[in-house]
Amino acid sequence: MSLVFLIFIPILAALFIPLLFKRLGQIHTGWFVLLVPAALFLYYATRLPSVMEGGTYVSELSWIPSLDIAFVAYLDGLSLLFTLLITGIGALVVLYSIFYLDKHREQLHNFYVYLLIFMSAMLGVVQSDHLITLYLFWELTSISSFLLIAYWYTRDRSRFGALKSMMITVFGGLMMLGGFVLLSIMGGTYSIRELIAQAPELAQHDFFIWALVLVLLGAFTKSAQFPFYIWLPDAMEAPTPVSAYLHSATMVKAGIYLVARLTPVFALSEVWMWLVAGVGLFTMVWASFFALKQTDLKGILAFSTVSQLGLIMSLLGVAAAAYHVEGAADSYLKYAAFAAIFHLINHATFKGSLFMIAGIVDHETGTRDIRKLGGLMSLMPVSFTVALIGSLSMAGLPPFNGFLSKEMFLTAMLSLQEFNMFSMDVWWVLFPIIAWIGSVFTFIYSLYFVFHTFAGKHQPEQLPKKAHEAPIGMLISPVFLAALVVLIFFIPNLIGDWLVKPAVAAIQPFLYDSPQNVDIHVSAWHGFNTELFMTLGIFAIGGLMFWTLRKWQHLYDLYPDAISLNRLYDEMMLLSDGGANRFSRIYMTGFIRSYLVYMFSFMTFIVLLTLFLNEAFQIDFSNLAPIGVYEIVILLALVGATLTILGSKSRLTAIIALGAVGYSVALLFVIFRAPDLALTQLVIETISVALFLLAFYHLPQISRKEERMKFRFGNALVALGVGVTMTLVALSAHSQKAMPSISEFYKETVYKEAGGGNIVNVILVDYRGFDTLFEIAVLGIAGIGIITMIRLRLTKKEGQHENK
Amino acid sequence: MRTNDVMLQTATKVVTFIILMFAVHIFFAGHYTPGGGFVGGLLTASAIVLLMLAFDIPTIKKILPINYVVLSAVGLLIAIATASASIVFDVPFFTHAYDYFDLPLFGETSLHSALLFDIGVYLVVVGVTMTIIQTIGEDE
Repeated sequence: MSLVFLIFIPILAALFIPLLFKRLGQIHTGWFVLLVPAALFLYYATRLPSVMEGGTYVSELSWIPSLDIAFVAYLDGLSLLFTLLITGIGALVVLYSIFYLDKHREQLHNFYVYLLIFMSAMLGVVQSDHLITLYLFWELTSISSFLLIAYWYTRDRSRFGALKSMMITVFGGLMMLGGFVLLSIMGGTYSIRELIAQAPELAQHDFFIWALVLVLLGAFTKSAQFPFYIWLPDAMEAPTPVSAYLHSATMVKAGIYLVARLTPVFALSEVWMWLVAGVGLFTMVWASFFALKQTDLKGILAFSTVSQLGLIMSLLGVAAAAYHVEGAADSYLKYAAFAAIFHLINHATFKGSLFMIAGIVDHETGTRDIRKLGGLMSLMPVSFTVALIGSLSMAGLPPFNGFLSKEMFLTAMLSLQEFNMFSMDVWWVLFPIIAWIGSVFTFIYSLYFVFHTFAGKHQPEQLPKKAHEAPIGMLISPVFLAALVVLIFFIPNLIGDWLVKPAVAAIQPFLYDSPQNVDIHVSAWHGFNTELFMTLGIFAIGGLMFWTLRKWQHLYDLYPDAISLNRLYDEMMLLSDGGANRFSRIYMTGFIRSYLVYMFSFMTFIVLLTLFLNEAFQIDFSNLAPIGVYEIVILLALVGATLTILGSKSRLTAIIALGAVGYSVALLFVIFRAPDLALTQLVIETISVALFLLAFYHLPQISRKEERMKFRFGNALVALGVGVTMTLVALSAHSQKAMPSISEFYKETVYKEAGGGNIVNVILVDYRGFDTLFEIAVLGIAGIGIITMIRLRLTKKEGQHENK
Repeated sequence: MRTNDVMLQTATKVVTFIILMFAVHIFFAGHYTPGGGFVGGLLTASAIVLLMLAFDIPTIKKILPINYVVLSAVGLLIAIATASASIVFDVPFFTHAYDYFDLPLFGETSLHSALLFDIGVYLVVVGVTMTIIQTIGEDE
């Protein structure tokens, strides 16, 4: 099957979920869902060998050919790695959720539909080669994650968190779209591969920096980099399987993916390197520092995720340095990209398992507050083991995979001393120092997470539930991930060869022709060098600080809430909400007459302006058709009827006069040989008169006060303006012969191309079918609107005038 | 309100069918001569409205137990399905297909996928018009 169709399989499977949930309610819906990511994972895994050799797959599904927009699935090392993460972790998370979410109490049909939509969106993001469809999938991940975070939508916090994540990520997404458009203007294509091919020319362009910054805004918001990270802790209101999946393994890594994917395009720029590496490193330190302030287990993990994403981001920034060095493939600089990808895989394994453990603790004890927890070690031995493995890996201890990637991270940061451009020869030393500080805090919060939950004194009276070990089913996924954590430590080079090297070759195509050329060997023991001493320092200082944590933790309370970014966000939301309200209250008067005045005056202004700006106004009476007696009579009737409406003293007269106007227009259509229009007009007039009569029953009499309508000069001016404008437009449309009449085109093609004889109908259903489709959709909406207005109104206001 | 207008009722019984037949004719002929889904739908709706005027809404609802909201939804779905069907044949959205067939009884006839789309338009127009009129008419 074509690869591009595989992207849509989860979203198609989502169609059946409500059915499965309703009909086969006794079986947990998750079991059916599990098949989708599992099958996809196995299928994609079969592509591994050839991608490992440097092979790529391209598959295309055209979508809007006239705009050159297509779904292009491009599978190389980088996208395959992410695809495997999405489907693999996805399968484990679904398995976990089967035991986590109760089939009787939870709205599983909603949950799994959102999850499957998300899966498709994520596959689309990492496989799209076309920037526009990439953006489409990107926003789809924002929307599905919004729905997932707000899954328990009756809780205020859930809705707040969902809105916050959406506001921030969609803001970034829109910025990114701007960047994409600039890229396409510069390169003349939306294809990432083609853009990469012309990277050096792009770098010369004036828009280059703009595109770079805008794209980075998208990546930073999605990957929760400073200062946009504030949505991620609030997103922890989502059910734990969602946090494990979206907020640690997949969606937040979309930003990482984007930066990695576009590195070949942007790496030439100094700004790119400074921004990506700088923001990443700062985020890492900042978030690892504030992780210790958290008391919620998932809050700690959220900050740790932010921090680790910053770490990966900074590595990608450093990897861009390799672009500027001759023979970088042989220097230390080559380690950065490898370390980034390697750590990304490791992070997915250990953070996934940690999130699941946090969920288990929450599920089995009823709380996630680390101050109430403690001493669970003997009660939940399996969970403790998994948590220990995950945390120590995160802390960077052997024999766990986090140790390996942390060593490589330090190596990569130290490698900057070889780099002597962009004033790096002076400033490079900051990078390893900041990285080291961040690592110390990472070490502390990892221990904090596991030991304050599982060691210490058990306080059963603090827990809502009696703690006990989780059921086996819930433990399968975290145990499996923890096993991977250990396994990867012992076979790092297998993972390196199969997964990391192809991805690295995709990030740095300018260094390597094929994944085999990536000459990096991971080893647990790398001799007595600077990295080792830095690691020992981390353990020593970190251990000491953890030991004395109670003594200095209250320092965090000194940090004032008033200047936090969260506060800034809240204030901004309040301000924009209130401001928008105040602004719209000025012009939204609630009277339809005000709105009509706005619309008509604006329309008159715009049309007249266009007419005069284009010097399009001409009058040419030379070839007008003769006006017959019939036309004059009908027009007189028309004018008479219109004037009657204005002067009528009862509604009945007004309605009849309105009918007369409509029928006269229909007669005009007959005379001008437009039977279609005449027919439609006649039937519509008939039906609307019937409708008026029905509504008439409910309407009050026109009161004496309203009878004498006051003459309003402003309104008269607007009315006159509209009339004059329309007349002018009609006259100049007749006189203009700049372009051939479009009716000629229809006359010629209507039979040849559409196989029809009736131009009006062919236009309706064929040439302008889209218009008709949306028109009937609008009709349907109008019908629903009237039902809600009349049949479903909440209170019946009897005896009240409706136009009051 | 109940009415008992014998003349209107007797005439309606005959006229309704004439209008309906005309609506069907105009609907099918739409692609070649004046007509189409929009007018056809409106005419059908006007026939039903006539029935409702001559008799009363509860009676007509008993005779024609149609949920007009569902009807318009079905129409919209048909219209979208017709437009999307073209994707399956790997041509742009909304591409129509037509050909001439030699059918028994009818002789050479043109069959056009636009007709399917027009059915959607027809159903939506009937559905929405009747929804509006019925809702307002039933409202006390």
